[in-house]
Amino acid sequence: MGIEGIGARVARKEDKRFITGAGRYVDDMVVPGMKHAAFVRSPYAHAQIRKIDVKAAQAMPGVIAVLTGKELKADGIGNLICGWMIHSKDGSPMKMGAWSPLAVDKVRYVGDAVAIVVADTKGQARDAAEAVEVTYKELKAVADVTEAVRKGAPQIHPEAEGNLIFDWEIGNAKETEAAFKKAAHVVKMDVINNRLVPNAMEPRAALGHYDKAEDHYTCWTTSQNPHVARLVMSAFYNVAPENKLRVIAPDVGGGFGSKIYIYPEELVCLWASKKSGVPVKWVADRSESFLCDAHGRDHVTHAEMAFDENHKILGFKVETMANLGAYMSLFSSATPTYLYATLLSGQYDIPAIHGNVKAIYTNTAPVDAYRGAGRPEAAFLVERMMEVSARQFGISPAELRRKNFITSFPHQTPVIMNYDAGDFAASLDAAMKEADYAGFAKRKAEAAKRGKLRGIGMSCYIEACGIAPSAAVGSLGAGVGLWESAEVRVNAVGTIEVLTGSHSHGQGHETTFAQLVAERLSVPLDSISIVHGDTDKVQMGMGTYGSRSGAVGMSAISKALDKVEAKAKKIAAHLMEADEGDIVIENGALKVAGTDKSVPWFQVALAAYTAHNLPGGMEPGLKETAFYDPSNFTFPAGCYICEVEIDPDTGVTEIVQFVAADDFGNIINPMIVEGQVHGGIAQGIGQALLEGAHYDPDSGQLLTASYMDYTMPRAADLPSFKVSTSNTPSPSNPLGMKGCGEAGAIGSPPAVINAITDAIGTEDLTMPATPQKVWAAIRSATKH
Amino acid sequence: MSEVSLVVNGRRVSGVVEDRTLLVHFLREHLGLTGTHVGCDTSQCGACVVHVDGKAVKSCTMLAAQASGSTVVTIEGLADGADLHPVQAAFRENHALQCGFCTPGMIMASVDIINRHPDGLDEATVREELEGNICRCTGYHNIVKAVLAASKAMNKSKAKGKSASRAKQAA
Repeated sequence: MGIEGIGARVARKEDKRFITGAGRYVDDMVVPGMKHAAFVRSPYAHAQIRKIDVKAAQAMPGVIAVLTGKELKADGIGNLICGWMIHSKDGSPMKMGAWSPLAVDKVRYVGDAVAIVVADTKGQARDAAEAVEVTYKELKAVADVTEAVRKGAPQIHPEAEGNLIFDWEIGNAKETEAAFKKAAHVVKMDVINNRLVPNAMEPRAALGHYDKAEDHYTCWTTSQNPHVARLVMSAFYNVAPENKLRVIAPDVGGGFGSKIYIYPEELVCLWASKKSGVPVKWVADRSESFLCDAHGRDHVTHAEMAFDENHKILGFKVETMANLGAYMSLFSSATPTYLYATLLSGQYDIPAIHGNVKAIYTNTAPVDAYRGAGRPEAAFLVERMMEVSARQFGISPAELRRKNFITSFPHQTPVIMNYDAGDFAASLDAAMKEADYAGFAKRKAEAAKRGKLRGIGMSCYIEACGIAPSAAVGSLGAGVGLWESAEVRVNAVGTIEVLTGSHSHGQGHETTFAQLVAERLSVPLDSISIVHGDTDKVQMGMGTYGSRSGAVGMSAISKALDKVEAKAKKIAAHLMEADEGDIVIENGALKVAGTDKSVPWFQVALAAYTAHNLPGGMEPGLKETAFYDPSNFTFPAGCYICEVEIDPDTGVTEIVQFVAADDFGNIINPMIVEGQVHGGIAQGIGQALLEGAHYDPDSGQLLTASYMDYTMPRAADLPSFKVSTSNTPSPSNPLGMKGCGEAGAIGSPPAVINAITDAIGTEDLTMPATPQKVWAAIRSATKH
Repeated sequence: MSEVSLVVNGRRVSGVVEDRTLLVHFLREHLGLTGTHVGCDTSQCGACVVHVDGKAVKSCTMLAAQASGSTVVTIEGLADGADLHPVQAAFRENHALQCGFCTPGMIMASVDIINRHPDGLDEATVREELEGNICRCTGYHNIVKAVLAASKAMNKSKAKGKSASRAKQAA
C-alpha cells in the first residue's frame, strides 16, 4: 500500500468544493431563459378527476404554460413502468396498473401529479398552481395492506383485482412442511417492518431544456443512475431517442435509493420545456419529497421457525405482505422478492425455507428500494427470530447463532443465494469482545441501582451486494443487465481521467476510484480525475445502488486498467528494448525489473500519443474501456451489538453503546468505509427508534409529511459508534470487495430492538420504539 | 417590492426583491451564492445556516428585507482567501461530510457553536447544540469529531494569538 493507494485513509478529493460552498447541485444550475415549475397535486388519496380548469391559472402573473395529462398523452408520452417482471406462483405475470406521469382520469395517492405550471418565478408558479381548479369525486381510500386485500376494499387499479399485484413464492413448501413435522420446537412471530421516508437532504429536482434548433433535450436531474434514466425515458416514455437526450446528474445530495427511480417530474419537465419553449426547472420542497419520493420497507410478516431438540434449525416459513403503494415504481417488484426473500437464510444453515410474498396496491406513495432494500426486512425478521428463539429456549443468543452458523463456503442456501465467503464467528467474536459482552450483567445491575432498565441485543446480518450478474438477474425478471463500465483515459502528459458508469452522491468515488488507479499505475492521486454523471461524457453505465460501485464499478475500472497497463508495458519495453514481461510499474515509472533502466510514466504516455516510436502495428493513444459483469453477488456480513438504557418512567431509550463488526472483503479507504457504516447505523437506529411514515387509515393523508412530524435522527439521538472490520476477501470479483454502503442500515434495527426487548422483558414492541410505545410495553408486561 | 442593501462576504450588495423573498433565496438567486442550501420548508434542517451580524441564522426563516442593513457571511465567505477556516479543514480531515448538501449549514452552525463556547466543548454539548442541523449521511459521528477538533484548534490559535499580543505588549 502506498500513502495514496489501496488501504490508505486518504482525505476526500471532492471535499474541497463541498466545504467551500462550491458544490453544484441541480438547484444551483441556471440556464439562460430558464423558468420555474410547480406541480398541481392531488389532495385526495383516491378520487376521480371530473374536470381540470386551467383558465384562471393561465391568466395569473408570469404564467407561461399550464399543462395537463391529456396533452401529455396526446403527445405520445408513455406511462411509467416497473422494470422487473415477477410471476406469481400460479405462473401469471404481475398485474401492473397504468401510471400516467400526469394523472388523467383518476388520482391514487395524496401528491399524485395532475398538472404542471410553468412561470417566470417559483413563487408565481406556485401561486398559479393553487389557481388550477380540479374537480374531484372522492373515492374510498385504503392505506394499509391488510385492509387493502380484504373483500370490499377500494379497487385501486382495474388491472390488479383485489389490489393484489403478485402472489410469489421462493424455496420449497413441501420440504419445509416436512421439516416442521420433525420439529421439537416451533417459534412463531408476527413482525411489522415500518414504512420509512428516505429523506436525502437534497430534495429531488429536475431541469429540462429542449433545444429547438438541434431537436435535442438536456435533463439535469438528481439521479443515482443517469444512464438508466436516459434509457427509460427514451425507450419507454418516448421523450426522445437516446442520441437526442442528454441526462446529467451533477453533485447529488444523497440518494439512499430514492433517486434511482425515474419519477414523473423529470420527464414532465423535459416535455414541458418543448411545449412551452423555455427551459423548465422544478425543485421539490420537503413536503413534496415526503409525499412523492418512493418510500421504503412497509412489510407485514408472519414467520415460523422449526428447530430440533438440540436447537438446530430445521426449517423456516415466511409469509409477507408488501405494500407497494399506489403505483409500481421502477424496481418495486424486486425489492420485496429477490432482494428480500433470497436472504431469509441469514447466516444460518437452514435445510428448508419457504417464503411467500404478496405485493399489494394501496393509496399511498409508491414504495421501492431504500438503503438496504429488502435485506433490512430479511435481517430484521431472521435476527428477531434468533433472539426470541434463544430467549424461549433459555440459551444465550450467541450460542444459538453459533450452533447454526454456516461455516464452510461456498454454501448454497435453499433460497437461490450461493454464499461465496465469510467468517461469521469471527465477526461475532470481535463484536462481543469490543462490547465487553461478558461484563454486561454487571452493567445491568449497576443501571438497576439507578432505576434504569439496561438491555443488550445482537444482530448477525448478511446481505447481498455487488448487484448483479446480468444473466442471473435476467432469468429472474430484471429488464436490464447489472454490469458496470469504465474508461481509463491517459492523457498525453500522463494525467488520467477515469469515466465511470457509477454515480457518487456521497460515497466518495472521486477519491476511492482514484486510489485504485494510483495504486495500479503508481501515479499521484492529484493527477487522476473521476468523471461521472453525464451521459454525453461517460459510456453507458448502470449507476449506483445496492452497494455495487466498489464490487462492480471498480472492478470495471480494474479491468480497463489491466488493458492500459498491458499497453503501457509494451510501449515501455519497446522504448527500453526489453522484454515486456520484465516491466514493472513503480514510483511513477516503468522499469525493467532487476536493472536500473526505467522510463517515467509521463514519457510512456507521451510516446503513446506522439506515436513516433511505437511497437510495430500498435495503434496510437492510451485509452481503454471495459465492461465488467460480476460472476456472483457479494455477501457482506457482520455482527452488531447494541446496548440500551431505558427510563421505565418515561420509556425513553438511550443507546449507551453500539458496536459494529463487519466483513466487507477488501477495503480501499477505511475512513470512507467507516463513514458509510456510521451513516447506515444512524438510519437503522432511526428506523428502530424514531422514524415511521404514517397514513391516516381512512383518508389516506400522510400524517408525517414534514420534519416536524417525521422524526429524523439528530445528533443528540445517537451515540458515537465503535466500528471495526474483519475481512474475508470476496472471490467473486478481481478486487475482493463486498460493499459497505447499506450494511449499517441492515444490521442495526434488529440489534436495537433485541436490546430494548431484553431490557423490558417483553417481545411485544413494534418499530419505531418511541418512548410512548416502550412505556406502554413496560406497563403491559408488568401487568401480566 | 422591497429594496434591500446589505454586506455579504465583505461586499456591499443591494437589490429590489418581492416582499416575500427569503434571505436564502436572495443569496442563492440574486447573488448566485448557491453554497447555502434549502433542505426543508419548516426551518428544521439547517442546510441554510449563514451568519447574520456574527450569529448563526437559518436564512430560510428570515426575509431578505429583514436582513437589510446587516452583515452576512455565507459558506463562500468563510475561508480566508486560500486558507480554509479551521472548521472547514476539520470537516475534511475528519470525513465529516459525504454528499455535502447539509455541509455548508453544518459548518456555519459549528463555527457559531465554537464561538459561543470559548472554554471548549465536550461531545454531549456538541450533540445538543447540533439540534438544528440534520445530516442523513454521516450519522453525525464524524461531524461531532470535527467540531471538537476545530474547537481545540481554534482555542489553541486564540491562546497563541493572546500570548503573542502579550509578548508584543511586554516588548
